[in-house]
Amino acid sequence: MSMEGYETVIGLEVHCELKTASKLFCGCRNAFGDAPNTNVCPVCLGLPGSLPVLNRHAVELAIRIGLALNCAVKPSNFHRKNYFYPDMPKDYQISQYDEPLNEGGSLELPDGTVIGITRAHMEEDTGKSTHLGSSGRIHGAENSLIDYNRSGVPLVEIVSEPDMRSGVQARAYAAELRAILMAVGATDGRLEEGSMRIDANVSVRKPGKPFGTRCEIKNLNSLRSLQRAIEYEAQRQVNLLEAGERIAQETRHWDEAAGRTGTMRSKEEAYDYRYFPEPDLVPLVPEEDWLAEIAASMPALPKQRRQNLLDLCGADDQATKDLVATVVDRDLDPLVIEATLAGAPAALALARAANELDATAGLPSGPSFARTVALEASGTLSATQAKAVLGVLATRPTDDPEAVAKELGFEQLSDDTLLTTIAAVLEANPEEWARYRDGDDKLAQFFIGKVMAATKGKANGKAVVAELVARRG
Amino acid sequence: MSEPLLTTADVAHVAKLARLELTDEELATFTDQLSQVLEHASDIAALDLDGLGPTAHPFGLTNALREDVVTEVSMRDDILAAAPAVEDDRFKVGRILGEAP
Repeated sequence: MSMEGYETVIGLEVHCELKTASKLFCGCRNAFGDAPNTNVCPVCLGLPGSLPVLNRHAVELAIRIGLALNCAVKPSNFHRKNYFYPDMPKDYQISQYDEPLNEGGSLELPDGTVIGITRAHMEEDTGKSTHLGSSGRIHGAENSLIDYNRSGVPLVEIVSEPDMRSGVQARAYAAELRAILMAVGATDGRLEEGSMRIDANVSVRKPGKPFGTRCEIKNLNSLRSLQRAIEYEAQRQVNLLEAGERIAQETRHWDEAAGRTGTMRSKEEAYDYRYFPEPDLVPLVPEEDWLAEIAASMPALPKQRRQNLLDLCGADDQATKDLVATVVDRDLDPLVIEATLAGAPAALALARAANELDATAGLPSGPSFARTVALEASGTLSATQAKAVLGVLATRPTDDPEAVAKELGFEQLSDDTLLTTIAAVLEANPEEWARYRDGDDKLAQFFIGKVMAATKGKANGKAVVAELVARRG
Repeated sequence: MSEPLLTTADVAHVAKLARLELTDEELATFTDQLSQVLEHASDIAALDLDGLGPTAHPFGLTNALREDVVTEVSMRDDILAAAPAVEDDRFKVGRILGEAP
């Protein structure tokens, strides 16, 4: 059955762990992967008599998120959200309820679509449970083991409006949000480590009709899962409606291996969190000069950085946009800008950065990258040679590209050798040369190939073409 | 007394949320007592409070903040010693029904 005649409506809730040194309300270390229960104290365990004190840096990061998402940053309060669950030792989570720090913003996708942001509020994370039993899943587990290291780690929850209409669009939103959160220094954005967690609210409707009943999907551990889960869930709901059945409002679990969502089968009981003001914390009031100071420290956001590169390249075709998106996503734009300022052509620097540089393998220094691109642009190095030089610079970032080229045997052909080689190639292939002279430009590639073979790749393709054109007259 | 502010069912619901097991007599007692508390609080509704915002905190302080510095050292052994059951340096709990809300 198809989705024809239906529209998918999606809103996302994204939890972002803030990259602070200590937890939100106590001086315990905030670190992923430490030995279990080593970063816990009476405050984050909720022992009687302990008192929470709010982490200034966490507030600043939360405000940065609010500013980056065009939210109103407002006086706010903390509430206790009461429920019993083993991963939450206090039996309440300190969160923000009716007075969140950031409210009413927006996020613009790379294609220009604007997604509304309802709010971005502060709260503390819970502990981490491991379910014992054959499945590793909660169902069927006899026991669970709890590590409270994560309990009390600062979070910002970013709630979007139900403005997205496809899995692809939801994925684009999550990717852009992640890029923004990383740009403002709020998080390392590692979905697989849980430092960014996404829940999707999905419903379907006939266009123009009221919203349908929604289901919340959890366990989305990658952007790909997010898109797949939404597409699966929307189709499931349409199938139910077409079969004349109704959709139950429920939380569903995405099973990546099976490629489907399943009900969590938790007890059918509306949660009643009995929110009330946290009496141990005073109101958080972002004063004007504090806000101004934070606003002044805001880095350029991905959207601005992409625009800067497009301006630098003087192009806005889709291919350039794709390269620009890749380069900004990998934080390589400073290298492209430096190379361009040093005189290398922006388009070439962009292409080489997008396709040849890999931060995990190692990056060349700014000057080395700039010089390599310049050598390629001037024809001293061929494209193949420039790529090989960049490969070496990954592990020897500050080496002189010319020395590296020499070491790789990329001695520049003398003009004499090049001309002699071209002449020999043309003589050996008179038929092709005649066709080229008659205007069959495609044969240029043929000659480049022959010259490359004869010179063991040392010739410069552009120089070969220039000579061919000159000889054709 | 007019219409009660709380029913026994309300109190039973709240008790269940708080994981309290109450006898029928206790339910009746607390329904009565909690109704009186609510009645007392509802006296505020009789006051003229125009132009007065809600009081978030009695002290009138704002922005009590600490610097982002690690001050705690691991006290895992002491903490785990207080747990009823431990495995692999983690708190061991019984079967959990359903995912976290």
